[in-house]
Amino acid sequence: MKEILLRFLIGGAVVSAFALLGDLFKPKSFAGLFGAAPSVALATLGLAVATEGARYTAIEARSMVLGAIAFFVYASVVSWVMMRYKWRALPVTTSSILLWLGVASGLWYVCLR
Amino acid sequence: MKIQIHSEVLGETKWYEYAVRFLFGGSITALAGIIAKNFGAEIGGLFLAFPAIFPASATLIEKHEKQEKERLGLNGTKRAAQAASLDAAGAAIGTIGLACFALVVWKVISNHTAWLVLLGASLLWMGLAFLLWQIRKRFALYRRRNKPAHSTSKRAAAGILARRRVKR
Repeated sequence: MKEILLRFLIGGAVVSAFALLGDLFKPKSFAGLFGAAPSVALATLGLAVATEGARYTAIEARSMVLGAIAFFVYASVVSWVMMRYKWRALPVTTSSILLWLGVASGLWYVCLR
Repeated sequence: MKIQIHSEVLGETKWYEYAVRFLFGGSITALAGIIAKNFGAEIGGLFLAFPAIFPASATLIEKHEKQEKERLGLNGTKRAAQAASLDAAGAAIGTIGLACFALVVWKVISNHTAWLVLLGASLLWMGLAFLLWQIRKRFALYRRRNKPAHSTSKRAAAGILARRRVKR
């Protein structure tokens, strides 16, 4: 429980810091880069190295490559849909999470299973 | 457009909007840890590249853009959607850097000092994302300059005709 709380606090702080950086910059396409910052990864991998060791961290990082590819597909689709149909951001971004889950699990099944 | 810092945006963001991001970020980091513990590092690792705060950030950008246009008496729905789309396009570029970050950590962390690897991989993410953003920007500029003149003049002519019709 203590470790989960620690993860929550560190993760929340790192993610908020990158989000704040994203808010500061213009144009929007540049600010968007910070939406794909390795914020969750930095918090998690830092803790994983300290508690589980480098080998475990390397395995997590290998899977993260696939997660990042899924994120690329997700962000590209969201960008296209928002530009083409001008729908509201919240339903588009949240429903597309299913796409991320699908691509990430598909890639995991093909490459790592 | 040059890169600019707009610190006044920080004042526009409400405290609960910061809280939502903290909550999302903290929750997904904790969730990634729980998944890794229960299903192994291979599955848990996928969630290190989960679009954790992206929906919250895109919604915030859309809201601010819309408010800005409405303050000027305009309907900002279209512009707000465009701003959120551009933010997502930027994130898509950033994910290429994110994949390279993960690749470096995967290949290098077992044989080198961990904090140095994480620092180096973060700098690589930043450098690569910036470089790719610059390339995209220059490419877009090049395409705009070399766009066939007739497509723009056709649109301009259609606009002039429409305005004449309104005047009549």
